[in-house]
Amino acid sequence: MVLSKAVPSSHDASLSCTFASRYVRNPLPRFKLPEESIPKEAAYQVINDELMLDGNPRLNLASFVTTWMEPECDKLIMAALNKNYVDMDEYPITTELQNRCVNMIAHLFNAPIGEDETAVGVSTVGSSEAIMLAGLAFKRKWQNKRKAEGKPYDKPNIVTGANVQVCWEKFARYFEVELKEVKLKEGYYVMDPEKAADMVDENTICVAAILGSTLTGEFEDVKKLNDLLTQKNKETGWNVPIHVDAASGGFIAPFLYKDLVWDFRLPLVKSINVSGHKYGLVYAGVGWVVWRSKEDLPDELVFHINYLGADQPTFTLNFSKGSSQIIAQYYQFIRLGFEGYKNIIENCMENAKVLHKGIEQTGRFNIVSKEEGVPLVAFELKDKTYYTVFDISENLRRFGWIVPAYTMPADAQHIAVLRVVVREDFSCSLAERLASDIQKVVEELDERVKHVTKVVTTQVDITASGGTDGALVHKSEQEIAEEVITYWKKFVNRKKTSGVC
Amino acid sequence: MHLGHHTTKFRMPENTIPKEAAYQIINDELMLDGNPRLNLASFVTTWMEPECDKLMMAAINKNYVDMDEYPVTTELQNRCVNMIAHLFNAPLGESEAAVGVGTVGSSEAIMLAGLAFKRKWQNKRKAEGKPYDKPNIVTGANVQVCWEKFARYFEVELKEVNLREGYYVMDPEKAVELVDENTICVAAILGSTLNGEFEDVKLLNDLLIKKNSETGWDVPIHVDAASGGFIAPFLYPELEWDFRLPLVKSINVSGHKYGLVYAGIGWNIWRSKEDLPEELIFHINYLGTDQPTFTLNFSKGSSQVIAQYYQLIRLGFEGYKNVMENCQENAMVLKEGLERTGRFTIVSKDNGIPLVAFSLKDHSRHDEFELSHHLRRFGWIVPAYTMPADAQHITVLRVVIREDFSRGLAERLVLDIEKVLRELDALPPNGKSMKRPADVANCHAALANGHVAKRLETDKKTNAIC
Repeated sequence: MVLSKAVPSSHDASLSCTFASRYVRNPLPRFKLPEESIPKEAAYQVINDELMLDGNPRLNLASFVTTWMEPECDKLIMAALNKNYVDMDEYPITTELQNRCVNMIAHLFNAPIGEDETAVGVSTVGSSEAIMLAGLAFKRKWQNKRKAEGKPYDKPNIVTGANVQVCWEKFARYFEVELKEVKLKEGYYVMDPEKAADMVDENTICVAAILGSTLTGEFEDVKKLNDLLTQKNKETGWNVPIHVDAASGGFIAPFLYKDLVWDFRLPLVKSINVSGHKYGLVYAGVGWVVWRSKEDLPDELVFHINYLGADQPTFTLNFSKGSSQIIAQYYQFIRLGFEGYKNIIENCMENAKVLHKGIEQTGRFNIVSKEEGVPLVAFELKDKTYYTVFDISENLRRFGWIVPAYTMPADAQHIAVLRVVVREDFSCSLAERLASDIQKVVEELDERVKHVTKVVTTQVDITASGGTDGALVHKSEQEIAEEVITYWKKFVNRKKTSGVC
Repeated sequence: MHLGHHTTKFRMPENTIPKEAAYQIINDELMLDGNPRLNLASFVTTWMEPECDKLMMAAINKNYVDMDEYPVTTELQNRCVNMIAHLFNAPLGESEAAVGVGTVGSSEAIMLAGLAFKRKWQNKRKAEGKPYDKPNIVTGANVQVCWEKFARYFEVELKEVNLREGYYVMDPEKAVELVDENTICVAAILGSTLNGEFEDVKLLNDLLIKKNSETGWDVPIHVDAASGGFIAPFLYPELEWDFRLPLVKSINVSGHKYGLVYAGIGWNIWRSKEDLPEELIFHINYLGTDQPTFTLNFSKGSSQVIAQYYQLIRLGFEGYKNVMENCQENAMVLKEGLERTGRFTIVSKDNGIPLVAFSLKDHSRHDEFELSHHLRRFGWIVPAYTMPADAQHITVLRVVIREDFSRGLAERLVLDIEKVLRELDALPPNGKSMKRPADVANCHAALANGHVAKRLETDKKTNAIC
């Protein structure tokens, strides 16, 4: 005889469809760890569904950071998710791949290394960590020099443009270095090499130039800086070096602008950082910093780990981290090779031109970015009376596009721009669609302003006719317009700090 | 065809190759890496459920720092911070938001915590008109290498309490003796890297309160709960080590250890706003509201944050408790198996992180480094370490029990260790076991699995494994 047992109701919960279960009825835990476990399907569904409300990474035109990779690479990434990069001894191949990447990048930047010599460099989580390491190396080197000379070493400073990305400010604040910023001006949105050389003094640990300014994509003139600084060093007897923040530009210049001299070919350039996750074409989470030579990285900062019987020096802020992005970077290097990177960047530039043309054709914008540099288009409104770029940015969201609006740093704070970054996965058709959506938004905003102005004017007439002494009080058109702007600005009142890489 | 070409190793190749070829070449080379699941050296998680893998892959192209573009991901981070803060009994009101941050790992977390202490102390000294150029931090010599990094990079002196044979964690009384007016904090470890022990944070707290009241100083405590933070609340809820102790101002924990997430996530929680100087925080304006951020890294992937949230809601308190209890059980199985061989002394305690640290009773013929080396042939990665000062003559093997180390694997490991012992017994003695620890480390550097991080100029060993 077959005995049937009643299945307890808790079984039903795991058998039933997630959307039929109690798990989608209960509020999601927000502040405290929930007491009980839930089935994995429910956990997956609940999180997946909430995340649908995040922006679409591919339509995020604010970011330089890669948002698409080939499925083959995704496979490699998945397979490496459970490898802790720092276990060099357990994963010697992964470590070897990192070393190969460092060497490839060092050669790309014309580091003066011999045929069999290994480059000095390291992988990081991003350019922030890379910059902190580079800055630390400069600071320590300068301190040692000053100590040896018997001079005070408590007030180090670094000279950069006001257009620096926020990680330089972090470096300065956390590592107690003064940040001396060369101010921008209208029409000149990068660091002026002459002003920079002027600001240098005996406490300057280095001058940081940017290859690919976050705001406009422009390349700073590193060669000019090098020449001016060489002269100043000779005059003063100081030895102020240069660091190039090539976070974006490092994987563009060698492919598109081979003749541009910006890297280790310039003698004062001692270290360069580049983001693997920008035009290195890898997902977020990998950056690189390369030093000219061993002398530029004080040994006291380096921790020596013994692996496979050989010395593996390490100099990073982070310790445990995933290996996936490093493997992905190596994949891109051998998959694409020089010609592949060149083709991709050329495509980006082409698509940027398409977008540039489309935006110009609306007749409403000035293009602020240059044609040479990082493939992006930064543009400002010709006429800011009725609405601003912030309004446009807000309205573009409804179409799915994320296009950020920024004000420039000092001394050009009155300039506000929209910026579209053209990544590998931003095709020509997307560029054309964006241009037409921008046109739509501008037309909508025009309509809205016309409508509101009409309403306000009507109101004014009514109130004006009821004035106490009977006289009509007319508001000038300008005053009305200003009222309208103030009214709308209340909804879009935000000053964005350029907090985006 | 492409597989026959010599892939240039140091220079970027000129030509593109097909994606299948690129995949195959790399995949095949990586076959020679160790198997992460057999890597018994590491605390870091090596297995997650496929549902979570799905979420991670879907989020791999989301740059975490774009808070404005990915508000839900940002919200998930905030929820994790709050859950962990409550787990650590942070003194928060009902709907008060916790002060904390997601990091890439405990290294970053510790640097942020240390920075906060340093800045707070500097501000206080400036206000008192006293010198503030010689900050120091008091820890045990058993600290993980990231504390030494913090000290070196942020110019803080590291005052270490030396260990001794049989006592491999920081002695609270000695620690309090080392405290002076320049001490920015005392760092206690919940789950020492070397033998998994929990330091007595409560005793430290009580002794430090007394010293503070005698001297008028205000020295706080930081708890490095990288491993222990996701164990103590579930296995030892009565143990007072967290914000229940008034001097504890910040705690870090690795999400990627017993938080059960893959490598790449850590958390740091501060007791309250007062413990995080405002000047260190960068304010980013998103969605019209202020999002304060305090991290060293900027762009990074979102996958691990989402995975952490997945684990917290998927497992809940009972799930984590069950996992930790299983780990403890399996650790006991391993420990008893090793004891039964009669050849080992167990150095780890039963209470603490589920790991087993053991050394050979008899070093006359062979040592732990050789054992470790031989175990590799069976596929196991079991590291051997020498203890830091003043117990450098003690060498241990250490097996970390992670979630995915089942009882079956524990029993198999014991069998394989027995096999290796038999093999070694049959071999002639290496004649080197009785040398000084530094020499031992040198000789076996080539054989050993590199967990001995040595600075070549000094004898001091740093423990380079998280």
